[in-house]
Formats: sequence, structure tokens, C-alpha cells
Amino acid sequence: MYGLAMAKGLMVTLKNLTKKPFTVQYPEERLKQHPRFRGEEFVWYEERCTGCASCAKYCPLGIIKIVTSPSETAPAEGDKYRLEEFDIAINRCMFCGLCVEACPYDALFMGSGFEQGSYSRQDMVITIDELRQADKHPSTFYRPQLEAQEYDPRGGRPLDWRQVGRESWQWHQREKAGMRIAGRPAPGDGDPDGEGNQLSAPATGEG
Amino acid sequence: MNCVLGPDNILYDTVLFREVYNFVGQVLPCWLSWFVAGFVIIFLLVNAVLLGAAAFSWMERRLIGKFQNRLGPNRWGPFGLFQPIADMVKLLFKEDLTPGTADKLVFLAVPVAMVAPVMLMLAVVPFAKDTALANLNVGVLYILAVTSVTSIAIFMAGWSSNNRFALFGAARGVAVLISYEVPVVVSLLGVVMLAGSMSLADVVSAQTLPFIIVQPMAFFVFVAGTAAELNRTPFDMAEAESELIAGYHTEYSGIKFAMIQAAEFGGVMAASGVIVTLFLGGWEGPAAHWLGWLWFLLKTMAVAVGFIWVRATFPRLRIDQLLALAWKFLLPVSLINLLATALEIYFLRDASGVLTRGDLGIMTGINLALMAGCVFLFGSLVREKVRPVAPGLPPGVTPVILPARESPARDLPAGETD
Repeated sequence: MYGLAMAKGLMVTLKNLTKKPFTVQYPEERLKQHPRFRGEEFVWYEERCTGCASCAKYCPLGIIKIVTSPSETAPAEGDKYRLEEFDIAINRCMFCGLCVEACPYDALFMGSGFEQGSYSRQDMVITIDELRQADKHPSTFYRPQLEAQEYDPRGGRPLDWRQVGRESWQWHQREKAGMRIAGRPAPGDGDPDGEGNQLSAPATGEG
Repeated sequence: MNCVLGPDNILYDTVLFREVYNFVGQVLPCWLSWFVAGFVIIFLLVNAVLLGAAAFSWMERRLIGKFQNRLGPNRWGPFGLFQPIADMVKLLFKEDLTPGTADKLVFLAVPVAMVAPVMLMLAVVPFAKDTALANLNVGVLYILAVTSVTSIAIFMAGWSSNNRFALFGAARGVAVLISYEVPVVVSLLGVVMLAGSMSLADVVSAQTLPFIIVQPMAFFVFVAGTAAELNRTPFDMAEAESELIAGYHTEYSGIKFAMIQAAEFGGVMAASGVIVTLFLGGWEGPAAHWLGWLWFLLKTMAVAVGFIWVRATFPRLRIDQLLALAWKFLLPVSLINLLATALEIYFLRDASGVLTRGDLGIMTGINLALMAGCVFLFGSLVREKVRPVAPGLPPGVTPVILPARESPARDLPAGETD
């Protein structure tokens, strides 16, 4: 009968009235971020970085600035450069993740944040000191093996540089025996396997 | 200074005015207490409309949100209750623009002409027993007359804005208003015949059974017509925002826009009050002498929620569908309702012309059956018939065959084909 369709339509909206709203009240509630989210707050492991600047070369926007100098052990084969500047201008970053894909040593990771808005462009440049001091909560973008160890990028425990590599960190021990970070404690301390303690010792001996 | 309003005075029946006048008249001179009593009434009226508009705008935004699985405004105050205040402050501080080519005087007069009918409409509605601000003996006629002023205001807005969208909206609005005025008036005749009076207080007291069940067809026609006159969805042709920007109030901003919006939202509340008074028993309910205002308020809110529900559900009608509904469905139905009601009253009333509750019950049965028949009969008139498109050209049209255009030769490299 004519008019029943109208009643049917009214019942449809009435049914929706009783449903729970979909709205997420952002500042108070947050959606769970996907672990492979390509966000701000780049995570950088200085222990892994050799200063090869692959990330800077691959960046389509050229917003990664790397200044290196030969370290005191530079002549030794397999040693790394000393990083003096590592600036990422995230105000122009488009979060393509090519720098992370380019890194041959698994030293650079995307973050999970998206709340780096600021009133000044100068504040939008992540400097090397900020990268050093930031909590290490890498996104699992392009490093899905991180998800195997039940790691949650949004909170939870931060990841040590030994835990994030695609291969065992002992790879460094074997092939980059002279690796050492200037002005920082030797990275081998507190090694769970007990095999990495010799990491920095030969380097100092050579130098 | 003993000023007492005599029974010969035209405002004697207005209880509120009389009481205030007599109370203030104990200390003030008569001419001053006259003004004070008048001011009290006007103050109540204006604030009832503005508060009603504010409450309705909050209610509408919250409820539409819930209907659409959203939250609606909830940031300021508990449940976003202060949102109308924020809206009003924002609109007051916005720049008040007048188009350079506008008809300035008419443009300026529109917000006033929009708000005034809404306030005037509420003046005769009884909020509780003997509480109408003016108990007119031609209340129904007065309401019909006053609501028609809105169409003039809409056309003033459309014309003075000197904007084609505003003019389109105004033309559509006036077309809708003129069409829907007719069935609304005819549908109200049945109510007036049943009550035997045009005074809204008498209409309320005549409703031993609420007229919504005695006059279901009149109720439907009146609600549909009211929604059309208020420019509410699904009849909001005049301000169809997806077609005409904002229709007749495209050029309005700031305080003028705020007043037009207040008139629209307050208009829904006022129309809901009128619907409650005419069809839902007004202030009647349990303990009506003490709680009449509460029943009136609750019923008005229920009707307003009904308007919001309809808005959340139905899409906008096209102008031809709109007019087809008015002329092919609502008008015949209201005419049949009028005829049926007249015959029923003629045969059912006793010698003194009084209709008892049992009489109303009999009429309810007849009218409900009649309504089902009418909906079945006239519903097919407004239902759009989808004709299948005949293949080929319509008769009488001879096809013109154009000579085939030669495609330009392309030079392909040797050895390649297309």
C-alpha cells in the first residue's frame, strides 16, 4: 500500500538512532595505529648507521642532510664514518619511506606518530641530537620481521639496536669489527648472548 | 492607584495580562501598569521563541547526529548544551554584509519580517489552562493568516538580495507555500467544525478524544503542509543547499542570518505547539490544572522530534513531485475529510449540537477506514509512473543520416599495423 515505504524508511533511521556512534573523540580517544604506519618521529640507530648517506641519496625531496667525517679509525677497513649532522626536515617529508627502504644497515626506521605540528618551520627539522635522544619505537614499515617478536610500535618496550636488524647484530661483529661510536659507551655492554662483548675492544686496540 | 482591568476590556480574557496588570496596578499608575503588563507578555513571547529556537537547534543537531551514527555537538557544556550560545556569539561577531546591489531597506526588513510571525503565532497558543497570551476567538484563522506572512518575508529576501539563487529559492518557496496553504486550510476546517469554535482554548477543551485519531487525514495533511510552510525537509525546496547554496537567505550573514535561522528553528517549535493544540489535546493530561504546561511542553517536544526524524529520513522532493503531492493527494484527501466530517457531525450530534465522546469514537472508526481508502486511491496519483523508453525514434521523427566521415589516414611506420 502506498505510504508503507515511508514507514519503512522511518524505521531504518530509527534503527540507526539506537546504534553506537562511530565517532572517535580524537584528543581523548585514539584509534589503534597500524604497526606499519609510515609516521613522523624517525627512529635512527646510530650504532647501525655507517654514514653512507643512502637515505639522503634516495630521498626524492632531498630533505635529509648528512655531514660525516672520517673517524679516528677510518683507515681501518670496515669502519664507519662519524656522524656530525643528520637533519630530517619533516615539514617537507611526504613519508614515502624510500629512505627506510634504502638503508642497507637497518639503521633508519619510520615512526608511528602524526602529531608533530608546530608553529615554526625551524621546529620541524629533526636534528641528530633529537634522533639520538628519542625513544626507539620504530614502525615496522619495510621491516615486518619486527612484528615476529610481538612488538607494538605504539608504546610498549623500545627496541635496542641489536633487536631491529634484518640479520643478527653479530653480522657487525664479524664484518665490521672496528665499529665504534665516538664519545659513547661501547655498544656491546649487557649483551644477552654473551658473544658481543668483544665488539669494541679490538677497535680500540687497532686505533 | 487601584487599577483593575474591567471585564469590558479587550484584554480581560488574557489571564496573564490581567493578573500582571492588577498586581502592578496596586502601586503604579494605570497607564504605566498597562505598559508593564504588555512588556511582560512581549518579553515572555520573544524569549519563548528565542529559547525554543535555541533548544530546537541543539536538539536537531544532536538528534541528526545520532540518526547518522555521529555524536553531534558535544564540546561545550554537558552534552553540548551551550552550543546554541556559541553559535549565536559567533554569528553576532561575524561581519554583517549587505550586497552592494541589494535593495537595502527591504533587505534589512527581512529578518524582522521572518521572526515576527513566529512570535505572533505563539501568542494565541495556550501553554496551559487559561494561559494563552491572547485568547482570540478567531485563533485558528489568526494562525493561518500570520503564518502566511512568512511567504512575503521569503520573497522579500529573494528579491532584495539581487542574487539569482536567492530569487530561485524565493520563487520555489512561494510556489510551495501557495500550494500547501490550500490543503492546510481545508484540513483545519474539520477540526474547527468538531470543536465548534475557532478559539484554540475551545479546540483544546473539545478534545475529549485527541483529534489526531478523530481526524487522522486532517492531521497528516496539516503536518505535511506545516513542514512545507516551514521549509523543512522533505519540502525544503526554498533553501535546497545542494542546489541553491542556501536559497533565499544566501546573501545573509551575521546577525541577520542568526535572526532568520532563529525564525526557522523557532517556527518549528511554534508549529509543533500549534499541532499539539489542534490535534494532540494541547495541555490536557493527568493533573492538567497543575501540570498542563508540562504536558504541553512534552507533546511539543515529541512533535518537534518527529520533524527531526522526518528530516533525517526523507530526501528532498523535486518541485513537480512537491506540487503533485499538494494538489493530487493532500487537497482531495482534505476535501474528502471535510465532507466526511460534516456528514458525521450532521448525523451524530444530539439536539443541542454537542458531540459526546462516543460520537467521536464512531467518527474515529469511520475516518480511519476512509483514510485507508483515500491513501490507496490517491496514492497512485502521486506515485511516479516510470514508462519504459520505446526503442527507436519517437513517431513523426525521420532520421537524418549523415554521410560517414572519413577518418584521416595515418602514417604508420613500415611493418606496423593498427
